[in-house]
Amino acid sequence: MRQFLEMGGYAAYVWPAYAVTLAIVGLNIIWARSLLAQARAAARRRLSGQSAPGEGA
Amino acid sequence: MSWTWFHRLASPPYIYGLAARLTPWFGWAAALLILCGLYGGLVLAPPDYQQGNDFRILYVHAPSAWMSLMVYTTMAVAAAVGLIWRMKVAHAAAASCAAIGASFTFAALVTGSLWGARMWGTWWEWDPRLTSELILLFLYLGYMGLRGAIEDIQRADRASGLLAVVGVVNVPIIHYSVVWWNSLHQAPSVMRFGKPAMPPAMLLPLLIMLAGFTLLFAALLLVRLRGEILNRERTASWIRAAVQA
Repeated sequence: MRQFLEMGGYAAYVWPAYAVTLAIVGLNIIWARSLLAQARAAARRRLSGQSAPGEGA
Repeated sequence: MSWTWFHRLASPPYIYGLAARLTPWFGWAAALLILCGLYGGLVLAPPDYQQGNDFRILYVHAPSAWMSLMVYTTMAVAAAVGLIWRMKVAHAAAASCAAIGASFTFAALVTGSLWGARMWGTWWEWDPRLTSELILLFLYLGYMGLRGAIEDIQRADRASGLLAVVGVVNVPIIHYSVVWWNSLHQAPSVMRFGKPAMPPAMLLPLLIMLAGFTLLFAALLLVRLRGEILNRERTASWIRAAVQA
């Protein structure tokens, strides 16, 4: 396991590359879902007639 | 040939429902493939005879770079369809692509920089491949900035769509930059004519990662597209049923 984590001494380059990429994958998932949730909430507000015109874009 | 499928694709409620149904399939398939690809790339693939374990950066660098180009091409095609047939859904799809593409272009540049620091002894070089990929990031950012600067959504669609279509010229430049010019960057090992220049134990995890990232893009695009459609179809009656579910 330790040997695996050290990647033959090159861990300093391999792991950050994986960390950056997987972080961007994760952020994309959170980002897309939160945009959809916001759009749904804005549409619900519009439908219930409580929003000011032009709001929620 | 019947064109009803094309008209259905232009219908926001149809696309909204279809996207909602397809997202979990793409999302879970992507998760499965990416996990398999990571295991294959980090554990099963043998160390490279020249690069040792450093070559494992390949399994995140190449999929990110693939995303940067594939997402841009998708965005440009969607924008072109939107411009030519005045299809609102196509413009919404193009707008949904930009941030995804920009983030993976950033990932490709950072992972490439880490790899370059090891293999070339430099974090950055004004090399054809690296420079054209950086221009791609600026194209994405320019597209997003242009959209953000124009209040009226239809004018934003047209202006940013034109930018996306014109900018697609950069995609073949990036792909062939390593062939046309002397580049530090290696030539393609997978997407080339003839056999891939890699043994199967190295190649297979890469292909799995490429497929996983492609499906991830599909899932992300469908989720964002639903949000875009909701924000555009402000008054449509079908929205009540869609958001109350």
